[in-house]
Amino acid sequence: MKRREFIQQTTAASALVGLGGFGLQSFSSSPKKITILHTNDVHSHIDPFGPEDGRNPNQGGIARRATLIEGIRAKSPNTLLLDAGDIFQGTPYFNYYGGELEFKLMSMLKYDAATIGNHDFDNGLDGLYAQLPHAKFDFISANYDFSNTIMDTHVKPYKTFIKNGIKIGVFGLGIQLSGLVDKNMYKETVYLNPIEIAQDMSRILKEDEKCDLVICLSHLGYNYRNNTEKPSDMSLAKLTKDIDLIIGGHTHTFLPKPTIVKNSVDQNVLVNQVGCFGINLGKIDFYFDSNKNKSAEGVSILV
Amino acid sequence: MNFKNIFLLLGLFLSMSCKSPTDVFKIEGQNVNINDSLQSQANIESFIKPYRENINKDLDSILGYSVDTYSKSDGDLNTAIGNLMADVIYEEADPVFFKRTGSHIDFVLMNHGGIRSIISKGPISKRTAFELMPFENSIVVSKLPGANVKELLEYLAKAKRAHPISKLKIVLNKDGQIIKSSLNQIPIDFIKTYYVATNDYLINGGDGMDFFKGSEEVIVLDYKIRNALIDYFMKTDTINPVIDDRFIQLND
Repeated sequence: MKRREFIQQTTAASALVGLGGFGLQSFSSSPKKITILHTNDVHSHIDPFGPEDGRNPNQGGIARRATLIEGIRAKSPNTLLLDAGDIFQGTPYFNYYGGELEFKLMSMLKYDAATIGNHDFDNGLDGLYAQLPHAKFDFISANYDFSNTIMDTHVKPYKTFIKNGIKIGVFGLGIQLSGLVDKNMYKETVYLNPIEIAQDMSRILKEDEKCDLVICLSHLGYNYRNNTEKPSDMSLAKLTKDIDLIIGGHTHTFLPKPTIVKNSVDQNVLVNQVGCFGINLGKIDFYFDSNKNKSAEGVSILV
Repeated sequence: MNFKNIFLLLGLFLSMSCKSPTDVFKIEGQNVNINDSLQSQANIESFIKPYRENINKDLDSILGYSVDTYSKSDGDLNTAIGNLMADVIYEEADPVFFKRTGSHIDFVLMNHGGIRSIISKGPISKRTAFELMPFENSIVVSKLPGANVKELLEYLAKAKRAHPISKLKIVLNKDGQIIKSSLNQIPIDFIKTYYVATNDYLINGGDGMDFFKGSEEVIVLDYKIRNALIDYFMKTDTINPVIDDRFIQLND
């Protein structure tokens, strides 16, 4: 693994944390590693770009992504694979098969969950619903209320996973649909305030579900510099707590590396997004040991 | 019990209750590029293959022929490719609109930027339509009051860009002022209301076409622009569009 840049490593753990130390270490096994892999805005880009492509020559391709993911899983078996939405729309594969192939291939790659992007409504709620049988992974969205639609009960607000004894909670967030998606497409889907929902979700996942790791799978967009009122991953990170990682989409932002943001209680949150079209794969490794590094300042982040 | 003992007890309690490591002490993050240095996984590739072949067969099956190569940069205030696109919208959408409303489309206005590729000389296929219109935009009809039609004409006169139009005729003088605007040789009557076919991007104010905000009614045809192009190509053997006098500026 390449460590591109050493951003932060604060080893100043508090005295209290230090005291409990020795007894615990003897009990605990070696550190556990959880790997989170993610894509966003793949937009039906199943085939790689050709060598002649003006912008992204020889980039992307789901069959190559499969090889990459398989290699990572071989080294790091406790891996989650997530997608932050806009799976649909962008190549004739979608126009001809309505998303069937996208879902089948993502199932073959063993995606664990995806959230719903605005373009996933492009064939309407009926079009999305029709493709659900091809997806062997769950759709999660906490701020789209589908109760009065055909999608009711088919989308969960969050999902928890247990990997090697580590409990991971993942919740989904979607962007405001009115003005972006034709009403005929999303029908009675109700958009709820993503910041408020994220505050609820992080509390539920941290306190009720007792998750060790809380991940937000968001299609809000990375940052809106000219419209700070518009919810984005960056504003979400700053206004909430107990979220460890925000995986974003929508704005097709090619981050060279994850962004580190301070949340509402001055703890670090990672915000990441990997552009679009399956050109990059995000990879975040979390290393766990027994609870003597409780203080977030004691966590070293290497990005 | 002194403080030291409390901590010892606490430590013991923690160590017994905590069987597994549950706290993050290190995070590593990176974004990995996917490119041709990675082998394609064979089972994925073979799964895609029949879908790809089926699509390519359909996309590349020849529907007709283009007499020449047409580009949106060939022409001043109207282009052959733009005229073709606007005329196709009229021809394909008007019967749908008439069936639904009993009225006819008066004229068509699309945007120059909406022409996304050239049409090459030679065979025309569905792929041509996908290249021309890769987006999912569809045709809508605005019931537009005359006052807003006037704004529309002024927008076009000011933009001096070959935004595709059909049925509408505009003549500018050498100073760029509108000296004639007509439909079927009848001057536009700014008291009347007109049915203007456009796309769902422009109707929502795209390209600054704010005059559409004055629409009395917007009729959605559920008809994608690309599908209108495909429908037209399927019934047309040869396309041979030309630059004409639908939107011109006089020299003197």
